Amino acid sequence: MTVNGFLQVGMYVVVLLALAKPLGGFMARVYDGKSTWLSPVLRPLERLIYRVCGVDPDEGMTWKTYAVSMLLFNFLGLLVVYGLQRLQGILPLNPQGFAAVTPDSSFNTAASFATNTNWQGYVGEATMSYATQMLGLAVQNFVSAATGMAVLVALIRGFREAGSRTVGNFWVTLTRSTLYILLPLAIGLALVQTSQGVVQNFSAYRTVPLLQATSVTTPVKNADGNPVLDEKGEPKTETTAVTEQTLPMGPASSQIAIKQLGTNGGGFFNVNSAHPYENSTPLSNFFEVLALLLIGAALCYTFGQMVGDTRQGWAVLAAMTVIFVAMLALCEWAEYRGNPRHAAAGADIVASDVHPGGNMEGKEVRFGIANSALWATATTAASNGAVNAMHDSFTPLGGLVPLFMMQLGEVVYGGVGSGLYGMLVFAIIAVFVAGLMVGRTPEYLGKKIEAYEMKMAAIVILIPPIVVLGFTALAVVTDAGLASRFNKGAHGFSEILYAFSSMGNNNGSAFAGLSANVPFYNATGGLAMLMARYWLAIPTLAIAGSLAQKKHVPAGAGTLPTHTPLFVCMLIGVVIIVGVLTFVPALALGPIVEHLMLSQ
Amino acid sequence: MNQLKPAVLSLVMLTLVTGVAYPLAVTGIAQVLFPFQANGSLIARGDAVVGSTLVGQPFDDPKYFWSRPSATGPMAYNGAVSSGSNLGPLSDDLTTAVQGRIEALRAADPGNTAPVPIDLVTASGSGLDPNISPAAARYQAGRVARIRNVPEAAVLSLVAQHTRGRQWGFFGEPVVDVLPLNLAVDELGTKQ
Repeated sequence: MTVNGFLQVGMYVVVLLALAKPLGGFMARVYDGKSTWLSPVLRPLERLIYRVCGVDPDEGMTWKTYAVSMLLFNFLGLLVVYGLQRLQGILPLNPQGFAAVTPDSSFNTAASFATNTNWQGYVGEATMSYATQMLGLAVQNFVSAATGMAVLVALIRGFREAGSRTVGNFWVTLTRSTLYILLPLAIGLALVQTSQGVVQNFSAYRTVPLLQATSVTTPVKNADGNPVLDEKGEPKTETTAVTEQTLPMGPASSQIAIKQLGTNGGGFFNVNSAHPYENSTPLSNFFEVLALLLIGAALCYTFGQMVGDTRQGWAVLAAMTVIFVAMLALCEWAEYRGNPRHAAAGADIVASDVHPGGNMEGKEVRFGIANSALWATATTAASNGAVNAMHDSFTPLGGLVPLFMMQLGEVVYGGVGSGLYGMLVFAIIAVFVAGLMVGRTPEYLGKKIEAYEMKMAAIVILIPPIVVLGFTALAVVTDAGLASRFNKGAHGFSEILYAFSSMGNNNGSAFAGLSANVPFYNATGGLAMLMARYWLAIPTLAIAGSLAQKKHVPAGAGTLPTHTPLFVCMLIGVVIIVGVLTFVPALALGPIVEHLMLSQ
Repeated sequence: MNQLKPAVLSLVMLTLVTGVAYPLAVTGIAQVLFPFQANGSLIARGDAVVGSTLVGQPFDDPKYFWSRPSATGPMAYNGAVSSGSNLGPLSDDLTTAVQGRIEALRAADPGNTAPVPIDLVTASGSGLDPNISPAAARYQAGRVARIRNVPEAAVLSLVAQHTRGRQWGFFGEPVVDVLPLNLAVDELGTKQ
């Protein structure tokens, strides 16, 4: 790794952590309903929304009502995204005249965006009209993120309240998350991106001349679409000159800003933030990758502030950061090391001040290795799934990092809201394990952790591995699952494992060689995303409801303090051990065997 | 089910705010503050638009600086469908492609035995990479000068003009903008 590479990555971590306190403190004020500097502008809009919707902002909800509200809201969102895709052919704002999306792809995409996964089976610039992108996808980018934050805030209230039957009001938390947190950050980020070259317009696609004309050879087809054969029985081909290039356009920057901030990840263009119109310069890249983890990291501070002990928030943030930095180091090392086969062929793979070096297949020169590996680790630490380089072409160990980050359950920063509530469930497991060691009833933040909470926590921990490994197993024993592989052998298995690790943890990134826009993957993936989202959110809300009713027990001599380095290590250990025990056999069949083959 | 009404109306209201007002507001501000960038960073020559500074074009004529390989289909640098190769590190197709690209570069410039910069023989993530590394430009400068029969120093000077260091001296990697460089090389002309 170059000195500059270390500096860029180091600066990223420092800026991320430095922003946790100011943004985290701001979010705590928003959720507690205190006034902020944005209130003069947004408070009237917020009140208007409550009035139109008939919501009493002071009315608390039981955890069950809160869960029903969430499910209803997300289900309606799913229906709208599905409907927009099916009807886009007859709706306005469709300058390219795209036809309706197929039913299976529409279902997959609707589930994907409602669950904050943003897995993309489709090619954005060749499938989705501007109306679908704005009214369907961009809206879900906001509200699916706000939904995750609403579940987290309910859990925090569960720890904070005592003897209460309610965990807050879903509509209020949803609205405040969207208006006060996501919207202002998105406007700022969108403008910064556009200043760097990310497009933001409603024009039709442009056509420009090529300086050097090129040509394309395509098979000749008859009227039925079947290939025409020549005298020798070979498929006939024709060569046509290409003198022009299409430049895609659209309201991209506004959508990209929220896709980064809301850990959505669904790109405006097919290659996501590798596209020069989606991520134009190293500076836009820095802000986009910062936005990936920004809210997730800051919510740790919000949590500490809201439970009245900021040390609790710092401890959780420390555990996340340790795992992140360790995995980042592995990814950077592997990608800088490059592909020995390229060196053997006569290519220079040594990084220097005039040359990116390393494994550049699937990467952009302006980002180089340091920023591509940083992004890959960050996007899978968060459940974002946006990419600025093609993970499918990473070295085996470089590709193992994003794969394993997802399999840890998206709790290292994680999705906005969902990452921290997942991590807090791991913290409950950690105090339980510690309690078993010394034979005492476990407590966390003054609440006794008992059988009910442990049952719910166990469900949260077990669902993602069951979904990931179950669907992967189904795919590798069915022809429909195997047919979509692009690479053969171990790497083909990695493509399938990656796809379900991604959808089964609501990430959305891909080893993109897999042809996932087929009925098998659209259907199984759509189910995986729905299970991974709601079968975790509902038990988490159940924990919140149960904890809110309990009294706080004063800390005694036997209480395990949960803000110390010892507990941070304990928490890291639980996260890593659960992940390793569950997934090492599968990883051994994919990236690990591939690494051994490449080293031969 | 008494949550159905707020669910429907919240979705309507938040759609108006985040799906209509937000993108329109950002478009309006962006078109006022950054009209060049918001509309695709298009390069104008007189009245004609000749390309974008941000979207690469295919070059494989020896008199031009070659762009990075592109995996878009059916032709390279197809802006309508961005794509990487998605070939895994062990793929034989990838190894063969890299070998073929190195052979093509050497065949176009037989005297040059330096190792080939990696970015020149690997496909970019987008398939539209507008840049090559300074090392990749220098590697090709001798060939471009020889074929155009102009001094290598003049070509190297153009390379230097079209090289951008790390942004703010710190972010990203140094890059050469290939399309603007080739436009400039064309202005240099070809001597007989």
